[in-house]
Amino acid sequence: MAATSPPWGWVPGALARAVGVGMFLALTAFLLGPLLTLLLWAFAGTWLFPHPLPEFSLRWWAFVLGNADVGKAIRMSLLSAPTATLLSALVCIPASYAFARLEFPGRRFLLLSFLSANAFPKIGLYVSIATLFYRLNLMDTFLGVVLIQLVNTLLFMIWIPTGTFRGINRNLEEAARDAGAGPLRTFFSITLPIALPGLIVAALFAFIAAFDEAQGTLIVGTPNHVTMPVLMYGLVLSYPQPVGAVFSVLLSFPSLLLLIAAQRYLRAGYLAAGYSL
Amino acid sequence: MARLSLLHLTKRFGPHAAVHDLTLDVRDGELMCLLGPSGCGKTTTLRMIGGFTSPDAGDIRIDDHSVLALPPERRPTAMVFQRYNLWPHMTVEGNIAFGLRVRRLPRGEIESRVREALALVGLPGAGRKYPHQLSGGEQQRVAVARALVLQPQILLLDEPFSNLDARLRVHMREEVKQLQRQVGITTVFVTHDQEEALTIADRIAVMKDGVLQQVDTPEALYAHPRTVFVADFIGTMNMLHARADPSTRTLHVGPWRLAVPADRVPGGDVTVAVRPEDLVQDPHGAPVRVRRVINLGHYLQVVLDSREAGTLRMFAGKDAALSEGMETRVAIGRALVFSGSEVLEVGGPMRPPVASPLERP
Repeated sequence: MAATSPPWGWVPGALARAVGVGMFLALTAFLLGPLLTLLLWAFAGTWLFPHPLPEFSLRWWAFVLGNADVGKAIRMSLLSAPTATLLSALVCIPASYAFARLEFPGRRFLLLSFLSANAFPKIGLYVSIATLFYRLNLMDTFLGVVLIQLVNTLLFMIWIPTGTFRGINRNLEEAARDAGAGPLRTFFSITLPIALPGLIVAALFAFIAAFDEAQGTLIVGTPNHVTMPVLMYGLVLSYPQPVGAVFSVLLSFPSLLLLIAAQRYLRAGYLAAGYSL
Repeated sequence: MARLSLLHLTKRFGPHAAVHDLTLDVRDGELMCLLGPSGCGKTTTLRMIGGFTSPDAGDIRIDDHSVLALPPERRPTAMVFQRYNLWPHMTVEGNIAFGLRVRRLPRGEIESRVREALALVGLPGAGRKYPHQLSGGEQQRVAVARALVLQPQILLLDEPFSNLDARLRVHMREEVKQLQRQVGITTVFVTHDQEEALTIADRIAVMKDGVLQQVDTPEALYAHPRTVFVADFIGTMNMLHARADPSTRTLHVGPWRLAVPADRVPGGDVTVAVRPEDLVQDPHGAPVRVRRVINLGHYLQVVLDSREAGTLRMFAGKDAALSEGMETRVAIGRALVFSGSEVLEVGGPMRPPVASPLERP
C-alpha cells in the first residue's frame, strides 16, 4: 500500500503518503471496529462506562451453551442449512448447466427471475409462502424450514454455476464426446471436475445464506423448529448484551470455518464469472 | 482405412447458408485440406463430419454407410481442435487413456497403447505431466496422440496449428503429414493458410461463402485454377481487366495483345490472371516502371507500375538487373482468361502491338 503513489501527484510525497496511510487505518478501524467490539462483548463479564475494557469472564458462554433451547437450535441449524444447500445444489446445478449450454425461449427472463426473490422485501414473500405452507401442512415442519432456506440460496446456486459452466470451453466437452463418452459421462468426468471450484464457491455462499436465514424461518419454524438466528433474535432483546455477542460469535463459526477451508477457491475469476448473463 | 463422402451437404444459420450443397469425396488414406477464407464454411463442414453439428440437408457416408444418425461418441472419427483440446484436470496419460477407459479396455492394453501413442508423437516421457506444464506445440501433439490412440477411421483437424508461432507451425505440419503417411489414415484438415494447404495436402477443396469452388491437387490448383477466386486465392496472382475484340480475334489486356482461336473468343468483359513468374522482361514488351524490388534471397519480388494495367507483381531471378525507379519492358508468358464460367489458358508471349511496319518485330 505504501509502495504505490497516490493519484494526486501534485501533493508533496511525504504528505501524500501520510494521508494514504491515515485513510487506510481509518477504513480498517471502520471495518474491524465493530467485530472487535463484538469479540470483547462476547468475553465480557460486565462492561460499564467509563472502563475502556470489560472485565473478562466466560459466564455468558456457560449461560448460552447451558440453555436447552440453544442446544436444540444449534442442532436444527446444523441439520437444516446443509440439507437446504444440498437440495439446492441437486436442483440448481443441472439447471445452471442448461442455462449455460442451451438456448431456449425465455432463458434470459428465467435467469433474471432468480433475482426477483432478492429484489423485494423478503417479509412479504415469506408471508405469502406461509399462507401456502398452511395449505400444504408444511408449517412448523423440518421440510418447511429447509424450503424457506432454499429460497435464499437460489440466487447463488444458479448464477455462479451458470457463469462457471459458461466459462468451460465447449471444445473440452466435445473432445470427450469425440473420444466416445456420452453426454452424462462427459458431464461427470469432464465438466463437473473442471467446474468444481466455482461450484464450491457457490455452495459456500448458499450455505451462508441458508444458515443465516431468520425472517422466513421465524414464520415457518416456530415453535418446534427454531434455528440459531431465530433464537438469537428472541434472546438478544431479553438478556444483556454479552448474550447477543456470544450468539453472534457462535453464528459466525461455521461460515468462518468453511471460508478458511475453501479460501483457495475464492479466486477473483470464479466470483466474477458468476455475474454474466 | 476409409472413404468419406459428403453428399449435397447444406447447413443454415438463420437465413444465411454456411454450407451450401457441398458434395465431396475423400479417398482412402488421403489428406484432404478444406481451404478458404474465414466464414467460408470449412469448419462447419468439419463439425458436421464429426457429428457436432447436424446438417439441414444432405448425407455423410463413411465407406458407404451413412453416419448421419450417429452422435459424436459413436462416429468413427476423431477431432483435433484449434485450442482447448486437453482436459486440464487430467495428466497427459489420463487425457490419452480417457477414450480407451470409456471403451473399457483392459488396463494392460491401455497402458501399452498410451505408451505407443506418446512415442508416435515424440513425447515418450510426458505421461505424468499436466497439460499446463507443456508448451503449445506439445499440447497439440498430445491432442493428436489422443485422437490416434482410438484408431479412428477418419482424422479431423480444425486449424490445429494456427495458435502456434510460425516456425513451430511449419514443423508441426510436417510432423502431421509424416504421421498421416505412416499411419495411412484418411484425414480432413481445415485451414485458411493456403501455404499450409499447398504443402501438406494430397488434394485441396477450396471453399468460398459455403460453396465448393474447386477440388484438385495443389499443383493443379496452382496451374489450372477454374474460377477467378481460386486463381486469386492460391499463390500470388496479377488480376487484369481485358476486352475481347471479336473482329480481330485479339484480347486487349492493358498494353498487351493476344490472338485467340476463333471458336474461343470470349464475350464482353474478361478477367485475365497472370502469375508473377509469367511476367518476363522482354525488349519488345510493354513499358513499365519498377516501383519496388524486394530481395527474398533466392529470387526477387518486383512491384511494377504500368500506365494501362496498374500495379503488377513480377518474380525475377536474383541476378536480374532491376532497381527501383528504372524503366523496363515486360511481356506476358502465360495467362488464364476468365469470362463467365469459362477458363481459357493462353501461352504467350503477349506483347504490345507493333506500332508501325518500320519497327522490328
